[in-house]
Amino acid sequence: MKKWLLTGVAGAAALALAGTAQADVKQGGSMIVTYKDDVSTLDPAIGYDWQNWSMIKSLFDALMDYKPGTTELVPDLAESYDISADGLVYTFKLRSGVKFHNGRDMTAKDVKYSLDRVANPKTQSPGAGFFGSIKGFDEASSGAASGLSGVEAVDDRTIRITLSRPDATFLHVMALNFASVVPQEEVAKHGTDFGTNPVGTGAFKMTDWTRGQHVVFERNKDYYQKGLPKLDKITFEVGQEPIVALLRLERGEVDIAGDGIPPAKFLATIKDPKFKDQIVEGKQLHTGYVTMNVKMKPFDDVRVRKAVAMSINKDRIVRIINGRAVSANQPLPPLMPGYDTQYKGQTFNIAAAKELLSEAGHGGGFTTELYVANTDPQPRIAQAIQQDLAAIGIKAEIKALGQANVIAAGGEPDQAPMIWSGGMAWIADFPDPSNFYGPILGCGGAVKGGWNWSWYCNKELDERAKKADAMTDPSQTTARIEEWKKIFTSIQDEAPWVPIFNEQRFTIRSSRLDGPAGIFVDPVHIPVHYDYVHAKDAQ
Amino acid sequence: MAAYLTRRIMQAALILLGVSFITFVLLYLVPADPARQIAGRSATAETVANIREQLGLNRPFYEQYWMYLTALLQGDLGRSYVQKTGIGELIGARLPASLLLMAAAIAAELAMGLTMGVVAAVRRRSAVDQSLMVVSFVGVSAPQFVVGILLLYVFAVQLGWFPIGGYGTAAHVVLPALTLGFLGAGWYARMMRSSMLDVLNQDFVRTARAKGLGKARVIFRHAVPNAVLPIIAMIGIDIGIFMSGIVVVESVFGWPGIGQLAWQAIQRVDIPIIMGVTLVAATAIVLGNLLADIVSFFVDPRIKLR
Repeated sequence: MKKWLLTGVAGAAALALAGTAQADVKQGGSMIVTYKDDVSTLDPAIGYDWQNWSMIKSLFDALMDYKPGTTELVPDLAESYDISADGLVYTFKLRSGVKFHNGRDMTAKDVKYSLDRVANPKTQSPGAGFFGSIKGFDEASSGAASGLSGVEAVDDRTIRITLSRPDATFLHVMALNFASVVPQEEVAKHGTDFGTNPVGTGAFKMTDWTRGQHVVFERNKDYYQKGLPKLDKITFEVGQEPIVALLRLERGEVDIAGDGIPPAKFLATIKDPKFKDQIVEGKQLHTGYVTMNVKMKPFDDVRVRKAVAMSINKDRIVRIINGRAVSANQPLPPLMPGYDTQYKGQTFNIAAAKELLSEAGHGGGFTTELYVANTDPQPRIAQAIQQDLAAIGIKAEIKALGQANVIAAGGEPDQAPMIWSGGMAWIADFPDPSNFYGPILGCGGAVKGGWNWSWYCNKELDERAKKADAMTDPSQTTARIEEWKKIFTSIQDEAPWVPIFNEQRFTIRSSRLDGPAGIFVDPVHIPVHYDYVHAKDAQ
Repeated sequence: MAAYLTRRIMQAALILLGVSFITFVLLYLVPADPARQIAGRSATAETVANIREQLGLNRPFYEQYWMYLTALLQGDLGRSYVQKTGIGELIGARLPASLLLMAAAIAAELAMGLTMGVVAAVRRRSAVDQSLMVVSFVGVSAPQFVVGILLLYVFAVQLGWFPIGGYGTAAHVVLPALTLGFLGAGWYARMMRSSMLDVLNQDFVRTARAKGLGKARVIFRHAVPNAVLPIIAMIGIDIGIFMSGIVVVESVFGWPGIGQLAWQAIQRVDIPIIMGVTLVAATAIVLGNLLADIVSFFVDPRIKLR
């Protein structure tokens, strides 16, 4: 069964998004983006934070990417791909004429090298685990083999990847930053400093990095996508507090405040008519939740967990954070495929909650602990939850600790009965429901040091999840997503979590900039899809 | 003098050794597992174990400290787990900015403090004296982030005289230097005032007056040079005070120095950077104090170095 996806499709998709208005946007101009923190590293195998995620995407390309502003996969460096009938062999045909910033042509050997490098334990890539379904991963990641036996460069323009198990998320994995293609000679030249001397095939190339001050990207004139990027230059200024960035943006000295609108100024800024056309609101793949440790009494009783879930007034919590979120009723965020729009979950109902609690033999309430990160607004949110719990007789003591301590407590089987996930909550690495299961709700994450803080482990659901991820045939996509939808609602029926809200993102930009609205709150190129931003003054 | 210096340098080395030990223990007390930090949330237990092995984190404490210390003596401050860069390089790139800011702050605090002190002493017990002492009191006690944000808001945001933070031109340095210098200015104003009052009561000043010299000449030619000497010696100690001040001031003004580096590292629990900056700051404080002692010796012959 051949499923060649042609270049034309991707091209058309990109143009469709761009629309006619975008097609005749002139290239040119520049913008200034500010951040509080220094840029850590621009090595795609290593970078894994909010700030460098999108920067790396603009410097590098991987085999796959997403249609700008959406969660829809499109081929990037791959021109087309083919999946074998058993879902185990992926053959990617590469685009011709793609050049690295150093002028050399990119070939299939570079793809092989880049994937081997991520799996190599010496690289210490935080993303190595994503590649676990590739054949030979265990040998490569333990250092027993020098590379991934499942990745072969058939010829200069063909790369064949063999998996050890069917993995329906594999194309998403090929779109992760960690799967970006890097030139071997540059990595060899710079060693561990490749992250400060990045060379890729992306729309921009890095031309200057002055520590503590700025990083400069300039347009890659040889970029394979004609007409992109729109800007000639981006200057990332670092070391600027969000509040200062906002003031400078108001004065026209800054074009995008990378860290967003500071909470203290949020309402005033949002309501200010002069910023009306400069703020873009978007969804993100995030859920904030309260975990209840199902291994600890009394949360081993599903009635107690449901009572807790019914007692929390989520709308009030959303108001506490000035409406920067929408209230949630299931683990998946609305943006994620598989989100069930019909599902209601446990709705706010104090009387029913009290009844359930007395049914479980806790009519008189009980005492417990609620762990929370100690940075604003998390303790305030925890206080709201504490008050709600008090209304049904549960006395929760708030344990506000440093983020690392809360994570450590959650990773112990018998330490934290309840945790509010704020500040540490799960944000998906790629837009597939599978990414919201394994580490945080599956048995695999319910281990010491894991992220499944409710220690919920349902073997039957694990089995169903495994089967769903083995549905690799594109014709099964809808059925697969339906199955995931059911898995998540089944989980919520047992309420190991109280999903509280899904955070919204707000990007503020100067009036000099324009582009399709979706790219300023891109769900994947977080925070902004830099390649598609254009300057009005260059028109 | 030579014997004194040798002993002081030995003491300094001991102090720094102690600091290195304490900061290293810090690494153990903070529950941020470096291997986990590098590995990220999606890593398997295997990856984490592998990284721990590579970093030598499963070796005994004394062995790790010894590794750290020997690297330190070779000038290797280690590597940041978050920034994935050598600490030496990170600090080196930012040190010039901090030194520039400190130099400007010293100039600012001396200009403000000494002037206030002299005027207050000459006009002692007047309304001028009292208001200047109130100002110096505010300088000593006002938190630097409040002063910084206030200056930023008034002179940069409202009046637009200076850029809103950043680095690069002479205009950028004015507000952070004033903020950092304001605290020291308060101290200098008080010290200079009392030092001036001492001097003004001395016999040689009475003699100068008796000779019929003008008031200005008595003050600037005779009193100020004598009063200022013991105060100048304090600059060395200031360097230590600045080391804590720059963390706040650099962050408020977006000044790319080591203080801002430390502040970012604290927020990101980047322990190796915190250790590195602490060591550099401790070295500066030790050197500053040594400098203060030596300068005092030269300006005041009554002091004996032993």
